[in-house]
Amino acid sequence: MSEPIIRLVNISKDYDGTEALKNINLYIRKNEFLTLLGPSGCGKTTTLRIIAGFEQPDSGEVYFEGKNITNLPPYKRKVNTVFQRYALFPHMNVAENIAFGLKIKKMDKKTIDRKVAEMLELVNLKGFEKRYVDSLSGGQQQRVAIARALVNEPEVLLLDEPLGALDLKLRKGMQIELKKIHKYLGITFVYVTHDQEEALTMSDTIVVMKDGTIQQIGTPEMIYNEPKNSFVADFIGESNIVPGRMIKDSLVYFAEREFKCVDSGFNHNEEVDVVVRPEDIKLVPEDQGMLQGRVESVTFKGVHYEMMVRSAGYEWMIHSTVMEPVGSRVGLSIMPNDIHIMKKVSTE
Amino acid sequence: MKRTWYSYPYIVWMAIFIVVPFLLLLFYSFTVSTDEGIKFTLDHIKRLWDPIYLMVLLRSINLAIICTVICLVIGYPVGLILASKEYSSKKVLALLFVIPMWINFLLRTYAWMTLLEKGGLVYTILEFLHIPNSQLLYTDQAVVLGMVYNFLPFMVLPIYSVLTKLDKSIVEAAEDLGANYITVLRRVIIPLSLPGVISGITMVFMPAVTTFIISRLLGGGHYILVGNLIEQQFMVVGDWNFGSAISFVLMVIILISMGVLRKYDEGHEGGAIW
Repeated sequence: MSEPIIRLVNISKDYDGTEALKNINLYIRKNEFLTLLGPSGCGKTTTLRIIAGFEQPDSGEVYFEGKNITNLPPYKRKVNTVFQRYALFPHMNVAENIAFGLKIKKMDKKTIDRKVAEMLELVNLKGFEKRYVDSLSGGQQQRVAIARALVNEPEVLLLDEPLGALDLKLRKGMQIELKKIHKYLGITFVYVTHDQEEALTMSDTIVVMKDGTIQQIGTPEMIYNEPKNSFVADFIGESNIVPGRMIKDSLVYFAEREFKCVDSGFNHNEEVDVVVRPEDIKLVPEDQGMLQGRVESVTFKGVHYEMMVRSAGYEWMIHSTVMEPVGSRVGLSIMPNDIHIMKKVSTE
Repeated sequence: MKRTWYSYPYIVWMAIFIVVPFLLLLFYSFTVSTDEGIKFTLDHIKRLWDPIYLMVLLRSINLAIICTVICLVIGYPVGLILASKEYSSKKVLALLFVIPMWINFLLRTYAWMTLLEKGGLVYTILEFLHIPNSQLLYTDQAVVLGMVYNFLPFMVLPIYSVLTKLDKSIVEAAEDLGANYITVLRRVIIPLSLPGVISGITMVFMPAVTTFIISRLLGGGHYILVGNLIEQQFMVVGDWNFGSAISFVLMVIILISMGVLRKYDEGHEGGAIW
């Protein structure tokens, strides 16, 4: 494990009385692709803006390579930002936009031209040098924004929902491209998004945030397979979340019966949240199921069918490639290690 | 459904108060009535070539330029301050700039007369501070002061409105790329606010070059700017032909200078008022 390049220590931030960030502690390792993930208003963009220097935290410190940069203005920081709405300079052409940072560093024209050409090649925009930015499509503008930031060879690239304004197909393409660029350049990316799928696809580390606090930090697999609480489980992919009670280690009561599970360390009869992913519930003949129910609705989703099954007083969402028609009686079967037990979160 | 008829009252209004007077002006500028009837002539325009009149014209343009430059130098920073984060939420300062415009133009100018005259407030303060001030009222400086005071809001407001519309993330992007405030101002904010600057210049220069009230009140009875000259021809001398000719030439000069400014602004986006 390499040393952290950025450390946020006890960061808090207030906007006119509402707490945007509550005592955030986070470190970002060199060369990793870290994603700040959460619903809008969770503080992910504020966190990014504090790293960039556009916002000052009310309390707490920001460290960059061990040095305290909390009060350093943005133009002195070794990070560059790709903005949500690109924020290209409308009075300059593509080449001038990309060269902006280099010209400020007073590089000679030859070096600038070479670097701009390299960057345009990297983002697949060769031949666009003289075009004005308003004549470009959203995807092309985004590439210019990325090139404009990367040409300065930042230690850390900050990306604020850079793909938010693009359509689905373009977004998928850009995700792959960004990942490639990250690998090729070997620098640290800090990426903000509310799109959980995007986060899972691209990241080395995901930081799930909610209401100005960090809910969980981990690899995409960890976050998906072992969500720390029902919020994370619900936000990352779809989940069935029902209340339950721990009988003893590896035995939980929910949906009117006992289930074997793999979690331990809870108190006897502790109230818990039980999370089961829709793809982890198997449809079996009614008499072989742990739960019995009736199919209420079926939606075709492309790769799989999404079925809602009413059983034991709950609607269970089930993903399966095999379809059971509406109204049929089915059995549900859940394997012990597909049952995730979570401490109840205090009500919101 | 066609709604064009909504604009008819305005078209009629424009026809009566803009097009007709303009045609009259053209008519008087280029005609002379003799015993044999009305004839086309360039004499009125040629008369303006007299050094006395040229001097008046040059002085007017000179003062108007000085006034415009001062307004720009004061107005741009004010626009910046008004549009900045700290003030944009509070409209107080912006209001302070607008409130004087609610008061009659003549009253405001008369007020300056009382302030500047011998024994007036400014005079007394300067005397108290032992600053030599033999004459304040009825000077070029007084006229420029009056023009700047009256026309400054016309410079500030278009600049302010362009600056508030400026995307803040563009400024942040420039800072992010290593530009300090001066560089951001020079490379991003000023170039992007040019349309506002140009409409500000237009809106100050045009009334400044044609003013005759300010020059009469603060410049004294013998102080002649081109506005006064035109007024005299119509109201005192009764030579409508020459008055129209001066107006026509002035209009051409203004149109040409605005055309040049507009050319310079080409390629930038709107925000200009005309």
